[in-house]
Order: sequence, then structure tokens, then C-alpha cells
Amino acid sequence: MKVRILVSLKPGVLDPQGRAVHHALEGMGFEGVDDVRIGRTVELDVADSTSDEALEKMCEQLLANTVIENYRIERLG
Amino acid sequence: MVKASGWRAAVVTFPGSNCDRDMAVALERASGTPALRVWHGDSDLPERLDFIALPGGFSYGDYLRSGAMAANSPIMRAVKREAERGVPVLGVCNGFQVIAEAGLLPGALMRNAGQTFICRDAELTVENTQSLFTRGYDEGASIRIPVAHHDGNYFADAETLDRLEDEGRVAFRYRENYNGSQRAIAGILNERGNVLGMMPHPERAVDPAHGGTDGLILFESAIAALAEA
Repeated sequence: MKVRILVSLKPGVLDPQGRAVHHALEGMGFEGVDDVRIGRTVELDVADSTSDEALEKMCEQLLANTVIENYRIERLG
Repeated sequence: MVKASGWRAAVVTFPGSNCDRDMAVALERASGTPALRVWHGDSDLPERLDFIALPGGFSYGDYLRSGAMAANSPIMRAVKREAERGVPVLGVCNGFQVIAEAGLLPGALMRNAGQTFICRDAELTVENTQSLFTRGYDEGASIRIPVAHHDGNYFADAETLDRLEDEGRVAFRYRENYNGSQRAIAGILNERGNVLGMMPHPERAVDPAHGGTDGLILFESAIAALAEA
């Protein structure tokens, strides 16, 4: 089973990378971009029996740093 | 040099550490005793350690997040155990990132606010002169220690920052905030005061040929603290 983990910076945590990209988009002439936040996608191929709890543990203990990041788990089937 | 017969210090090397030898040299310079070297895949540390140092570098190529992989390596379980027993643990640069990721210190080290790698001498204010690592410095002293990092931007929530300040756990602050750290924090202590994480490299300021010896005082402080304990 494929699982996609989306890791993003928490609201309020400064994202210098996102800010630089935002600035670049504006410089390229794209209008109406209010904000840019950059995150990370982790794709896992796991046994079908893998529990939600196990996936959450993976996120909490390694894939995300919950001091600064949120994560979302999507089972892709 | 502080007389330190029998002082046992260990330096942990992760794949990608590159300041481990410098750290070992600094520890030997301060104590007169060669430091023990430990590999990340070892599950145990040498017995009866007086000091554990996690050096700078790019452990695991900074994959995922700086320090994240190393924080989960076998040796870190032993480091955590010793830290909980009260053994002094120093994490410098990547070592700070590792112990923050391992949960031994609060907060996280993010990409520098200016996005660039910063390599320079940094002027620091010594904020805490009570800890075993910093007692050799004068109160409010200004010292010069090199920094070299891309991810040194210290972040913690306001409540954590207030607690660190109230409890005197900010060890060092940048006089000029190069990397965007919250409250210009360059180094912090754990609650018990036996774990110090700092981005600047004290091991790179232990010989007059380095341009200064302000870093040597940190190691000598730890040795003197043990001798008095």
C-alpha cells in the first residue's frame, strides 16, 4: 500500500525558503500570490496491515519535527 | 591546561561528522588526556565517562532534517541514558541539532533566516556563568567563537523561550543576530544544566593560532567542575 506523508511548517514558523520563492514569483511577474510555504512529501510503500498508529509513530519520531512541523497522512491504497 | 588525571571524555562520530577530530584535540588540549572515540553504530559508550561531546559536521548528509537521522542512531540511546544520569553532554553545531532532535534540549534549529551558510567569527555574550560549562567566564563577558552553519536559526515557541530565559538556561547569545535565531540564542542548557547545545564552535578557539582561546575556557570549566564535585 502506498502512503503519502505531507510535512509542512506550522503556521507562524518563519519559512525563509518560502519567502525567497515568493519573492522570486513576484519578480517573475506573477500576481496575486499572497504567501508561499514549502514542505516535504514522503512516499512510503508499506504492508497493507500497517496501522494508523504505526504511521503516526513514524511521523512523530522521525519524519516530522513536531516542534516546527505538522504532518498529514494520506493512504493512497 | 587544567590538571585532570583520569578525566574520561568521549567524542561520538556519526557518518558525516567533520569536527570530531578537532573536538578530540580540544578536549586533550584542555585536559592533557586523549579523548575516547565512539562510533555512532556502537550501542554502548565507554564506562565511567566524565564528558560526552557530539561534534559538528553533516551527519547523514543532513538528510530529512539536520541531525534527525543521527538522533535516532544506536549510540544516542546510550547518550540519552548518560545525560539523564547527569553526565555532561556538549553538542556543538550539528551536535546541537542532534541533541535537539533527540529531545534532550527544547526547540529546533532551522535554516538561517538569510538562507546563506554563515562562516565567520561570532561575538557572543555569556549569559550564564553558573553552569559547569560556563563558570570559567566572567559575567556578561563578550567572547569570540567561530560559527559555520546553514541551519543555526534557533526556534522555540514563546512559552519555551520565556522558560529558558527565566531559568537562566540561555548560555550564549549572539551580539549580532546573524542567523535569525529567536532572541539571538546561540546556546542553551537543559533543566539540570548538564547538557549544553550551541551553534558556535568552541573547539575552534583553543589555540592562539586559531585567533583566540575563548573556547578553551568552556572545556576547562567542565574539567574544573568535575574536580570539585
